[in-house]
Amino acid sequence: MAEHDHKLIHAFGALAELGQEITNKNNFQETIRTSLHLISGALGIMRGAVARFSRFGHELNMLAIRGLGDDFPLSLSLTLEDERQFLSCGLTPIDIPQAKVLPFFQVYDASFERRSLELFVPLVVRDEIVGAIFLGEKATGEAYTNYEKEIVCAMGQHIGVAIAQRNLMAEIERHAEENRQLFDEMRSTYHDTVKAFAAAIDCKDKYTEGHSVRVGKFSEIIAMELGWGAEEVEGAAVAGYLHDVGKLTVERKIINAPYRINAKESKELNGHPGVGFEILQPIHHPYTDVPLAAKYHHERLDGRGYPDGLYDREIPYIAKIVTLADSFDAMTTDRPYKARRPAKEVVEDLQRNAGKQFAPELVTAFLGGMLKELQGEDRTKRFRRLLGRDYMEAEGIVETLKYTLNEMAPTTPMTYVAAAGQVIL
Amino acid sequence: MTTQSAVVSSLEPVKGTAVIHAGDYINKLSGEQIEHECKRKLDEGCKELILNFADTEIVNSIGISILLGVIDTASNKGAKVVFSEMNEDTVELFEMLGLTKHVTLA
Repeated sequence: MAEHDHKLIHAFGALAELGQEITNKNNFQETIRTSLHLISGALGIMRGAVARFSRFGHELNMLAIRGLGDDFPLSLSLTLEDERQFLSCGLTPIDIPQAKVLPFFQVYDASFERRSLELFVPLVVRDEIVGAIFLGEKATGEAYTNYEKEIVCAMGQHIGVAIAQRNLMAEIERHAEENRQLFDEMRSTYHDTVKAFAAAIDCKDKYTEGHSVRVGKFSEIIAMELGWGAEEVEGAAVAGYLHDVGKLTVERKIINAPYRINAKESKELNGHPGVGFEILQPIHHPYTDVPLAAKYHHERLDGRGYPDGLYDREIPYIAKIVTLADSFDAMTTDRPYKARRPAKEVVEDLQRNAGKQFAPELVTAFLGGMLKELQGEDRTKRFRRLLGRDYMEAEGIVETLKYTLNEMAPTTPMTYVAAAGQVIL
Repeated sequence: MTTQSAVVSSLEPVKGTAVIHAGDYINKLSGEQIEHECKRKLDEGCKELILNFADTEIVNSIGISILLGVIDTASNKGAKVVFSEMNEDTVELFEMLGLTKHVTLA
């Protein structure tokens, strides 16, 4: 076989390997290092380097370097004239000894000559300089032939694309990071706004001061006890914070009335879930169910609630959570017409109304969370902070909770086998 | 084809000489092993590196580049590189790419 053919086969092998290397998901730095090896090995080149162009610094920064010595500059500046010239030439090898008209080759002449650099290949991709290849003398000592320069160009094109892709990825990552920061800021603003609304709602009623915030926190506890993810738990909290937003349009004297309100006043007060929905619906919430929680937090499983008298499965789950949190807070705080009820009594009330007013699985989850805290399995003190230590540690509460939970969800699981009519314990 | 790793001979025929046996396929992985051993020997003061290619059947482009790097490093340290026991194809490849101009053949 003629030596020329042999060289061609060897170079094609290197080109194929380079294509494979570029498309592999390897570390970028390693890919460039290997690419330099492949060019050098394809043509028997003693030394060389691959650099990336920084359009901000107008400089070529070394990515991989072979045999150029410690004193070779790792960053080489380009003038605008150099850039214009390289762009107009495109991906064409430049013979360094004959290119001294350009400032770039004048400035770095000594460094290039000391390491016998012969070829400079600007890597131009989609009309942009992305990098450059520097190649030293061949081990044969012969000059580069035209066909060898073409091979260098073909390989340079691969390397240029790899650098351009890397630049694109870096830009996408930078944008993604900017978006993430922007999202965090928006999220923080959203939560601040939600809390400001909750405070505004609670300001209307001196007796229920902090009600919206507590309903938000109780809803959060229920969602956590259900094992929901962080996003959903946050959504449940927001739904709780905003459930009474419709009360902003109800007259203060009706909300604060220390007497049983009349039918007209009652109609106005009972309109607050619908008004709340109207207020919240146009807002683009990160959690979609927030307006539904406001609209349906006075519905009951038995269909005796308002505004629409929905039954069990017709009621959105988030509204069921907020209903429980809302009622629990109403029972455990002083009202103008009613003092707070003892914890034991509240637990019994929740059990009695499970399946009628409240979803039973939510009651067991909520009471289960309370029991865990009282038994020291949960040290977050969530209930103690919201209800007060004395209230939470009332005599007999642990026993009541255990009894209630065992009645509602027996600890011994039973499987009913319908066909055989047997109960397996 | 199984790839043998480069092995440094424990026998040093002459003081200051190291013999490094290349594997059957010199690619990036095995080439870097050879490079590492050569650098280690040069750092220990070795003045003659004998690279034995008796088992070598294929040398890819990365392998060529690494061997050129070994030759360059040895030359900068004033050490001599000897290529020994190459088969016909390897000699042809090394001659075509100019490696044989910088080493002694044995």
